Amino acid sequence: MPLLELRDIHKTYHLGGETIRALDGVSIDIDSGEFISIIGPSGSGKSTLMHILGCLDTPTSGTINLDGMMIHDASPRQLAAIRNKKIGFVFQFFNLLPKLTVRQNVELPMIYSGLTSRERRERAMNALESVNMEDRSKHRPSQLSGGQQQRAAIARALVNDPRIIFADEPTGNLDSNTGELILGMFDKLHKEGRTVMLVTHDPEIAAVTPRRIEIRDGNIANQIDPKLAGEKPKFSDIKESQAE
Amino acid sequence: MNLGSIIESGFKEIWAHWFRSLLTMFGIILGVASLVTMSAFVKGKENLLRDSLAESGGLERIIVDDNDDLPDYQKHLEDEANGMTLKDVYALQKNAPLVYSVTPVIEKRGYRGSLRISRKGKRVRYFTSVKGTWPSLMEIEEHELEHGRVFSDMDDLLANTVCVIGTQIRNELFGEYDNQGNEIIPIGEKIMINYIPFTIIGMFKEYMSEEDRKKKEESNAAGGTSEKRDFRAAFMSGDRQSGKAMIVYLAKNSTIMVPLNTFVSKIDSSYDRGSNLDRSLSKVAMKIYDVSTLEKSLQQVRNVLMQTHRGLEDFEFETQEGYAGDIALSITNERISGMFIAGICLLVGGIGIINIMLSSISERVREIGIRKSIGATNTDVFLQILIESIVIAMAGGIAGLIVSPILVNTLANFADGTTPPVMTTFAMTTAFSFSVIIGSLAGLFPAIKAAKLDPIQALRYD
Repeated sequence: MPLLELRDIHKTYHLGGETIRALDGVSIDIDSGEFISIIGPSGSGKSTLMHILGCLDTPTSGTINLDGMMIHDASPRQLAAIRNKKIGFVFQFFNLLPKLTVRQNVELPMIYSGLTSRERRERAMNALESVNMEDRSKHRPSQLSGGQQQRAAIARALVNDPRIIFADEPTGNLDSNTGELILGMFDKLHKEGRTVMLVTHDPEIAAVTPRRIEIRDGNIANQIDPKLAGEKPKFSDIKESQAE
Repeated sequence: MNLGSIIESGFKEIWAHWFRSLLTMFGIILGVASLVTMSAFVKGKENLLRDSLAESGGLERIIVDDNDDLPDYQKHLEDEANGMTLKDVYALQKNAPLVYSVTPVIEKRGYRGSLRISRKGKRVRYFTSVKGTWPSLMEIEEHELEHGRVFSDMDDLLANTVCVIGTQIRNELFGEYDNQGNEIIPIGEKIMINYIPFTIIGMFKEYMSEEDRKKKEESNAAGGTSEKRDFRAAFMSGDRQSGKAMIVYLAKNSTIMVPLNTFVSKIDSSYDRGSNLDRSLSKVAMKIYDVSTLEKSLQQVRNVLMQTHRGLEDFEFETQEGYAGDIALSITNERISGMFIAGICLLVGGIGIINIMLSSISERVREIGIRKSIGATNTDVFLQILIESIVIAMAGGIAGLIVSPILVNTLANFADGTTPPVMTTFAMTTAFSFSVIIGSLAGLFPAIKAAKLDPIQALRYD
């Protein structure tokens, strides 16, 4: 049974009498331990898809099964618990709280899952060690470089040992060298057996993942999946369409 | 998320904007301080009024006065009316078991001309009253003897020219302290009452309110002379109730008591009617055992007196119920108006908190989005904002409690002549709980607003 199973997901918005179909019948299966990228131009619906997958939003119709739980009709409180325990987010703008130190930022998810302060400290330091940030634990985010901030954000995403990690344009705000470093870090996480999903508009970044899903106009336009036998990689096609 | 870490993060947030939080707290500080101060002043006044009521005999004291104004249907019998006589006293002693210490009083009140108290060219300048009576009046009027003795039955029988005086008489005629700073005790000295020499055999203690006593003790310890609070200052500052209460003390200190027979034979013989029993009196004073039997006791006294007065209603009762009612009413009024002002202060403080919490959450939309994306529930966010607002209000409340004694003392120094304030723990706890309630009410709306934020919108917010 797949870790994440989407069936016929629709999401429509109503803006001033106009109906916008952000997602129009998306179905995806994601297995545990996969490294996936979702790619598409802005307005394609990839962000909406990620928000729904990340339990920040609920679909208009369709079913989602995450790790055996039907989350498409869960209550806000249940969704919060799922976000807390099963999902880790990494954002383009890092989204660390500027008033807290790096360690306090990393501890934040555990505060909401109700761990004692000793456990929190221990696990936060472990997570920071795994991204080589343990010597920056007492710094404020504003005292760090972009790459360091993103590593702290990754540590925060990892600290509750989630089933799946979503990264929304994680290198969008970084120079290319640092971006590569961060991508390498996701690759390492994947090799450690974690499920990682990158959301990006950049095909070069998508190229680091074995499986790529292209979203266009609210639906899957193209998919490269190494598991599907006989199907040749069509990544060049994606590149071409991007170039247009 | 447990409560401890919510409170901790609340404190952190307030500390991060300490100046803004301080300004926000000001409303609450003022509200709490004004509530405590107001109730301290009202309480001080209430204490003074209640003390003065007790000093003048309390609610248990009943006085039967002459009343020349007979009811209409008895007008034609006016000449038959004898007024209160000693016969009434004996009749009440025997026949009215609900009252005790029935005491005859002949009183001469006066000022300069009509009543002249003097010694070696010095005169008592104030209003004075000389009472010819029995020693039992001491109990009724709550007098306490500090020096010397009270006159005896023998003094009364022999009409000895002896008197017991209040300290104010001593102060006027002898001065309060001698050159060495010792208190003057003029036992054995002679004073003139309307040019007739009387020997002082006893002196009452000095009556004053608790606050005055404390003040006096302090200034005596410091070696200086105390400046006395004056009832005229209270009247001038418009505080009639307190002025009235202070007059009670002054009047009590200006008393002179002489034996009944001495009074009639030496000071004013117009009360003499030949026979002892028919001796006319100014009034008859007595006490009841229990305030709850006031109505019954009055009725009993009335029944006895109707007999001795042969049905003529030439007497009237004077009780202190009216005074007690006045006190209660004026205290209630002042309390309500004070509460109103303090309530408005707290309300304004609460609005200040709402305002600052709203601006604070619109600054922190992104933070709230981040917190939600990593697993904060709506309740967590709600509690966080609510507790921040309660913490601000509580800190303001505590600061207000710290400030209020300073405010009370400053005001008491400025408003000389009013009653000294008394701070109560009840007022302080009430003010503090009000500040907490205001804080939670003020936090409610911003907290709901924050909890309702959509995480996706909040994360996009700049």
